[in-house]
Amino acid sequence: MLLNQFLLLAAILFSIGVYGVIVRRNGVLVLMSIELILNSVNINLIAFSTYHGLGGQVFALFVIAVAAAEVGVGLAIVLLIYRNRRSVDVDALDELKG
Amino acid sequence: MLAVLAQAAEAFTKPVMDYGAIAPELVLVGTVILLALLDSWKLERARAAMPALAGIGLLVALIPLAVLAADGAPRVLLGGGYVVDSMALVLKALFIISAYVVVLLSTNYMAEGDYWESEYYTLLLSSVLGMAVMASSRDLIGIFVAFELLSIPSYMLGAWRKGDLRSNEAGLKYYLMGVFATAILLYGMSLAYGLGGSTNLEVIGERIASLGTDGVPVVALALLFVIVGFGFKVSAVPFHVWAPDTYEGAPTPVTAFLAVASKTAGFVALIQVTYFAFIVRPDVIEPAFFVLSAASMTVGNLIAIRQTNVIRLLAYSGIAQAGFMLAPFAVASANPEQSLQALVTYLVIYAAMNLGAFGAIIAITRRTRSAELEDLGGLFTYMPGLATVFTLFLASLIGIPPFGGWWAKFGIFASLVDADTGLGWALAVIMAVNTAIAAYYYLKVAKAMWFDDVPEGADTSPVSVPVSIGFALVVTVVATVLFGTLPQLINDATDFGLVAFGG
Repeated sequence: MLLNQFLLLAAILFSIGVYGVIVRRNGVLVLMSIELILNSVNINLIAFSTYHGLGGQVFALFVIAVAAAEVGVGLAIVLLIYRNRRSVDVDALDELKG
Repeated sequence: MLAVLAQAAEAFTKPVMDYGAIAPELVLVGTVILLALLDSWKLERARAAMPALAGIGLLVALIPLAVLAADGAPRVLLGGGYVVDSMALVLKALFIISAYVVVLLSTNYMAEGDYWESEYYTLLLSSVLGMAVMASSRDLIGIFVAFELLSIPSYMLGAWRKGDLRSNEAGLKYYLMGVFATAILLYGMSLAYGLGGSTNLEVIGERIASLGTDGVPVVALALLFVIVGFGFKVSAVPFHVWAPDTYEGAPTPVTAFLAVASKTAGFVALIQVTYFAFIVRPDVIEPAFFVLSAASMTVGNLIAIRQTNVIRLLAYSGIAQAGFMLAPFAVASANPEQSLQALVTYLVIYAAMNLGAFGAIIAITRRTRSAELEDLGGLFTYMPGLATVFTLFLASLIGIPPFGGWWAKFGIFASLVDADTGLGWALAVIMAVNTAIAAYYYLKVAKAMWFDDVPEGADTSPVSVPVSIGFALVVTVVATVLFGTLPQLINDATDFGLVAFGG
């Protein structure tokens, strides 16, 4: 198996995701960038599991399930903010001093 | 691929579950389910019974815990992935009792405001369940699931006041920082799994140790990403930016919960990965923890000095306290036994005194309606009891004997000095300086309460403390004073010996 290619793909996805989290101002797009990072994790885990047995694949299944729960909560909070402010711009949140 | 699957299928044997060992978690699961069902059947009529039921559930969970502690023998489940030993029992008891105090603090707060009350207790107990699982997990998958089980409900609790923009913002900031840190943590875990060849921490530790100097950058990356992910949860600098905003915007009982139970859970996760796997690579982890620890105490303290709101001040002081608690990790390999004991001792005492401080501020703001420092002026003249209690907790946070805080700080100092490494000595000096800085702003709050004038138009009629908050304060005062005057009590409970990897 060509492990390197998978790891490289995962590293690129991870970097794009981190870039997106830092640069994007729209709450929904930040969530999508985080999904990219989580997918890079899954690629890593599954690539490694071809060498180490099924543990990594089980881990990846857990990551997928938990990420769904996480994004559900995140969208609920973003929706809450949209209801109260009519905007999902993360940078516009400055009620608290930071 | 199919061959691997077939092989695994043949090798599968049903794991033997020791239900006695996980009885405390099962009680918590039962309570969560009961609360959720009661909420959907009885709707509004169930509101009044919720806090009592949640409290009873937590207290019942202590019974199997006491039985397991009396039994004494460590139980190993799931092939070493889930261990119930004396350390896990102490930490579980700490989480459950902290949560009970938070329930006591929440009872009036939630009933009087316009809150969704039933769901609040369900989420609170789900989060506690995650913490209890975390205390026993010795496996990457277990740690990850426990971490998410305790985090996801706390994101929702942070945004609990739905109509209030400040609470929404608190929740969103906490959530975004949290999931970002979790994602980085997971990337580190995936690399650790690749290096270690297993999700079991002990196996990973052995494999990383056997790598020697091979692949140092990858090992460093994996370890650092995992540490960063948990560093967020314990609000270590530079991953602390969410903490003051979330603490100020969230309902105050939730803030107490985040500042104590949630932070402790982050430290427990760090204990698991550090003492059971990463301890074999002091060249990577000790400098990392040194930087995190020194930065957290210094930055936290310096910003805390400027705060005028007591809750924000407690948030920044919590960041500084996290720095103190990160210090033993910087000597984890040089002095494993003593640093672990000092750390768990600090966690227990910190929970008592910080929950007490938040309890006192909740009781005080019931009358003052504000936690601004100027509104607390002359508090002693019209709330002498509460002002005295709050001062006691501040004294303990500074580390003045005979309150618990001094023993906690002393333990950390001792472990740093006894390690006798350069980093240990440097950190001990930084810590001593920071303890002095911290004394300044804690005493500033005390001075405002005792000597300043009462602000114009303040309501100074006598105030009654609700029974549940009063009881919470009694519990925390007793714990704080007891741990300070009889440190042997806690010392015996946290003397785990060599539980760490290789022991």
